Amino acid sequence: MSEPRWVPWARRFVLGFLALFTLLPLYVMLSTSLKPLGDVQGAWQWIPTTLTIQPFLDIWKTIPLAKYFLNSLVISGAATVCSVLIAIFAAYALNRYKFRGRNFFAMTVLSTQMFPGILFLLPLFLIFVSIGNTTGIVLYGSRLGLTLTYLTFSLPFAIWMLAGYFDSIPKELDEAAMVDGNGPVGALIRVVIPAAVPGIVAVSIYSFMTAWGEVLFASVMTDSDTRTLAVGLQEYSTQVQVYWNQVMAASLIVSVPIVVGFLLFQRYLVSGLTAGAVK
Amino acid sequence: MTTAVRGAPAAKAAGAPRPGSPRRKRRRPALPYLLLLPALLLELLIHVVPMLVGVVMSFVKLTQYYIRNWSAAPGAGLDNYKFVLDFDTATGKALAHSFGITVEYTVLSVGLCWLFGTSAAVLMQRSFRGRGLLRTLFLVPYALPMYAAVITWSFMFQRDTGLVNSLLGTHSFWLIGDNSFWSLLIVSVWRNWPFAFLIVMAGLQNIPGELYEAASIDGAGWWTQFRAITQPMLRPVNQVLLLVLFLWTFNDFNTPYVLFGKSAPREASLISIHIYQSSFVTWNFGLGSAMSVLLLLFLMVVSAAYLAVASRRRRRASV
Repeated sequence: MSEPRWVPWARRFVLGFLALFTLLPLYVMLSTSLKPLGDVQGAWQWIPTTLTIQPFLDIWKTIPLAKYFLNSLVISGAATVCSVLIAIFAAYALNRYKFRGRNFFAMTVLSTQMFPGILFLLPLFLIFVSIGNTTGIVLYGSRLGLTLTYLTFSLPFAIWMLAGYFDSIPKELDEAAMVDGNGPVGALIRVVIPAAVPGIVAVSIYSFMTAWGEVLFASVMTDSDTRTLAVGLQEYSTQVQVYWNQVMAASLIVSVPIVVGFLLFQRYLVSGLTAGAVK
Repeated sequence: MTTAVRGAPAAKAAGAPRPGSPRRKRRRPALPYLLLLPALLLELLIHVVPMLVGVVMSFVKLTQYYIRNWSAAPGAGLDNYKFVLDFDTATGKALAHSFGITVEYTVLSVGLCWLFGTSAAVLMQRSFRGRGLLRTLFLVPYALPMYAAVITWSFMFQRDTGLVNSLLGTHSFWLIGDNSFWSLLIVSVWRNWPFAFLIVMAGLQNIPGELYEAASIDGAGWWTQFRAITQPMLRPVNQVLLLVLFLWTFNDFNTPYVLFGKSAPREASLISIHIYQSSFVTWNFGLGSAMSVLLLLFLMVVSAAYLAVASRRRRRASV
């Protein structure tokens, strides 16, 4: 299609503006993390006077970053593994079977995604505390409680994405596996799961991202021993005296693995994320 | 041609009975339920039960004296609701103020995210050098852990050491006072527009190229094609996108919480932050729950009205 002459100009202008807007904080994060402390205590400087990796070393002493890191890693990792496993079974049931309550289940699970978090934060807090008081299972302030919470956050979307993915795997494969003497669960494990690996990886990254970046529940449900990166960094960055070069170094450390994972698998993630809206 | 596109979703095939399958289904009626059980139990424990408890909590006087033994809290009837909705008192005024701020924030943020996302997606429809790179760049804010991005912005908004004041040649406060609302808006748009971009881009890819080819042969110009093909074909995608963005933005807690810390400035105290602060500062969970329930009711009414209008329009368009 031939464009009017203003379109290429609009393209340059709009995309240029959006690229600058997107890049600005990324540049600030990267350049500041390589600055000596003196550079971030005065007015903003675009170019560091000297490049140093000292902030990347110091931040581990300024705040207990290693502890936060371990907590985030354990909680997000456990939530991801459980959420993906549970989602695989649920998605298989939704995609391969027609049963009473199927649509009801699908709608309910998806709509929980849209409820304001604040609505169940207060009751969940009270429920966790009273479960702890009556049964001795510590959910409030523990990694277990936060893991359970996070895994339900990514569960609806994980089920939805995987059900869509399973749909692209021909049912004849299951049937062939069942002819070979497998039950439906055997067919799922031996045939469907291996064929769905890209989708499962994409869902895992999505679940991990969700847990890794969550702030609201972490701020209420953790104590000083179970603080996650999100809350630990947030707390430090709102103090009066902040070593910004170190904070930016920490932000970069927690971002790079996630962004790299997302970009490596962006094709699967993007198609999974957008499938629902487009259909 | 339109029907061919609408009929495409493969998901429908899953619902259709397959030859040979009914016998297996009758033999194992329990299996799908067993497979769903773990998901169902967890959703009940973390979402459904707490929500019901939340509704109950809004009808009791759940103050700090009863937190440890909350089943003993005395009933309050509609008192909590009357109290938070009494706009003559400080509590009611604060809630009304916060609601107003949230509406303003949501309209501006969703509008800008949609505008940025749609313009970028439409302008990137045609291939050019560096398009793949630009696309990847635009997805970075979406992939970045949300708090890392917001903390970076909060550094940029610092009064003495920040980039924003240096760029504008000003020396103003950005994280307290009137400016804090605009800071919050900028951060939220930066973070969310890539999602709009992603969805609109996927919507554009679903428009068959033959439509444009046929229009070109008929002599339709760029603008006519945009109005006659791109816009109507994107409408269903836009409907979902706007609703999702609306719900996310209206409930947004994380952005203001990370940007401002425990006490958000009055000018930027969104409804979620307001409920959180009034619950955990006063430890009066009854009032907090009443406000949360009102928020949920409001969101449900708006979503239902929106969906009703959207589906009526769609029906009228297809007749």
